[in-house]
Amino acid sequence: MNLLNALGTRPWLPEPAPPLRTGAVVPAATIGLRVLLAVIAVLFGLFVLALLVRAQLPDWQALAGVPDAALANTAPLWVNTALLALSSVALQAASSASRRGRTAATRLALAGAGLFALAFLAGQGWVWQQFVARGHFVASHPAASFFYLLTGLHGLHLAGGLIAWGRVTIRAWRATPDSPDPGVALCARYWHFLLVVWLVLFALLTSPPGTIATLAEWCGVR
Amino acid sequence: MTHADTADSHTDSHTGSHAGSHAEPHSFWTKYVWSQDHKVIAIQYSLTAIAVGLVALVLSNLMRLQLGFPGAVSFIDPASYYQYVTMHGMIMVIYLLTALFLGGFGNYLIPLMVGARDMVFPYLNMLSYWVYLLAVVVLMAGFFVPGGPTGAGWTLYPPQAILPGTPGTEWGIVLMLTSLVIFIVAATMGGLNYVTTVLQARARGMTLLRMPLTVWGIFVASILALLAFPALFVSGVMMLFDKLLGTSFFMPAIVSMGQTLEHSGGSPVLFQHLFWFFGHPEVYIVALPAFGIISDLISTHARKNIFGYRMMVWAIVAIGGLSFVVWAHHMYVSGMNPYFGYFFATTTLIIAVPTAIKVYNWILTLWRGDIHLTVPMLFAIAFISTFVIGGLTGLFLGNVSVDIPLSDTYFVVAHFHMVMGVSPILAIFGGIYHWYPKVTGRMLDETLGKVHFWVTFLGTYAIYFPMHYLGFLGMPRRYYAYEGYEFIPASAQTLNAFITVAALIVGVCQLVFLFNLAWSAFRGKPAGANPWGATTLEWQTPDTPPKHGNWGAELPVVHRWAYDYSVPGAERDFIPQNVPQSVSPSEAPDADPAAWEGHA
Repeated sequence: MNLLNALGTRPWLPEPAPPLRTGAVVPAATIGLRVLLAVIAVLFGLFVLALLVRAQLPDWQALAGVPDAALANTAPLWVNTALLALSSVALQAASSASRRGRTAATRLALAGAGLFALAFLAGQGWVWQQFVARGHFVASHPAASFFYLLTGLHGLHLAGGLIAWGRVTIRAWRATPDSPDPGVALCARYWHFLLVVWLVLFALLTSPPGTIATLAEWCGVR
Repeated sequence: MTHADTADSHTDSHTGSHAGSHAEPHSFWTKYVWSQDHKVIAIQYSLTAIAVGLVALVLSNLMRLQLGFPGAVSFIDPASYYQYVTMHGMIMVIYLLTALFLGGFGNYLIPLMVGARDMVFPYLNMLSYWVYLLAVVVLMAGFFVPGGPTGAGWTLYPPQAILPGTPGTEWGIVLMLTSLVIFIVAATMGGLNYVTTVLQARARGMTLLRMPLTVWGIFVASILALLAFPALFVSGVMMLFDKLLGTSFFMPAIVSMGQTLEHSGGSPVLFQHLFWFFGHPEVYIVALPAFGIISDLISTHARKNIFGYRMMVWAIVAIGGLSFVVWAHHMYVSGMNPYFGYFFATTTLIIAVPTAIKVYNWILTLWRGDIHLTVPMLFAIAFISTFVIGGLTGLFLGNVSVDIPLSDTYFVVAHFHMVMGVSPILAIFGGIYHWYPKVTGRMLDETLGKVHFWVTFLGTYAIYFPMHYLGFLGMPRRYYAYEGYEFIPASAQTLNAFITVAALIVGVCQLVFLFNLAWSAFRGKPAGANPWGATTLEWQTPDTPPKHGNWGAELPVVHRWAYDYSVPGAERDFIPQNVPQSVSPSEAPDADPAAWEGHA
């Protein structure tokens, strides 16, 4: 590995040859995004751990897999998942269209991605409404608290992404074909990441009690 | 043109047009207020941190007044005492030390030391400062709301932190948690910048192992901050939910003031795990930059290459890694599986190995060095002794069986103040005396500096040495008053009064430092480009203080490591990093001996 090699050099010895070029190979924004994704991954990872710990306490009622569970009907969540996946696919298409200099296709795909993302957020809001309508408030039981907290936080991260998406989209409308915007690819990568986060959260929140218990055991919190 | 080509041209750091550079601002507002220049942001961060640190210093003196002379100050009642304890701790750890090391030193030094024109994301850097300032304002608002700031202790343990009986549960705790969440956003923005700049914007020839140890310390500390602060974020958000929305993440079923509360089933210990998963790496977030700064100060002022440079880097990385697997040593008394206690005691004691390597290497760097007892050097040497003392008591407390009787006594207070209060602040003072000439172009006054050093150094020992003894006597920490405890001898009160007097003297002495900072900025002796005869890049800038873009027309090229001091056969006792290997130092165009007054 590059870093390990670097840690093995002997900087105090004179270097006869002119110094190597040590400058950027990967664009700074790409590295910045990678670091940000690592931070967000740690953040959600810790929330997941907190859920697993909390789920071991006697008052936990699973959201799925038991009679009368709050998330017994997962169909709306599957619809939302499809919307988020479509948004991700559209951004990937925008990224590849932008790289090939196809301005019209880039714009179309970007607009589609934004619409699907907004539809996902609206869909999550609708699920919240259903929750409230059926009497599962944020403080009703701990699993419901986690449901609101985790979906809300994920939605906020997507909303933050939409700010970046908005800037990239505005740029796409102004851009000329010969200057592809690396921001589109970065947006796409962020979207894929949030899709994966959502899939993990979706799986976790709809897990039956047995699965949660097994996960907790693996994590050493049971 | 391919995507990769575009990306390359965007980030070519050697043409002077890399991602971090931006147009030079001209109006007052864009130059000094909404500045995107890392040097200005560093000063903004530093001044804000020092200002808020002064508040925390005053709070600590008020606490000491109560402890040394109980009841002498009429407005300190038990509630306000707890509020002072809490705010003092939180401000010092987060808003002063973390902000000053990363936002202050990190911002100023990283681009200059690695040879970049600015941070790679200047706009984000500016945003980071303003979000930090917002966090400070929200925190300070706690002093002006009904009920005052929270008095939960800086660890904010639930359930007491959000229940009536603890001061500031109306507004204070909400402001505290909100402020922390905002601070984490700011720290993440900053951290992204520091890490990416070190990875991406180094000058030609600046390999990772040619970076000065200051940059290594700040770099690894930034990674720790990025990975540890999310744990505080998680615990803060969940506690806000418990407080404001009535959830039961951390809140068990509880009877408060004779009433059964709505909460049930939550786990207070879960909060403790999350908090300390942040809280322990936090110790190293402030220690690693201090290690780096001290290494550079010692090497420069002893005119010797740092002993075991590579070992020093590895030790920083190893300490950073280990800091994530020791957190539960803060929780021995919370109750845990004995095997867990064994595990955490072992990992805790293992940290002593890389730490001891660092201490030995500092000593061996000093060994037979050409030691100049400048003010920065005094602070650096004081750091070593203070850190060793604080570290050794850490070995006591890392063992479960020793920790349990000493837990929550003044021994713990003495330990953590020596190791992560006084030590980092000595490194900060040393760093300020060392780099102030680069920041302002003028030297800090040496006599005032020495007064400041000796009073602070001896004063802190007068404060914290007796506390170890009080801890052995069993004097509990976090108590407002100590009347009616049979096991505490009356003489302990005399010692407490002595500590208070010392604390007041040290507190007042910081005014000397502040005066020196302000006075020397205008009246100090002109410093020249490189007053200490240092090798690192920040001393080789064409202008002092460095102008916008740092390096004029051409970026520096690095030809050697940062520690070529007293090289045999060299004309002077240092060779800057940008002097080519083939050229003898005296012929180097930018190394004019006349520019260097200190060591003729």
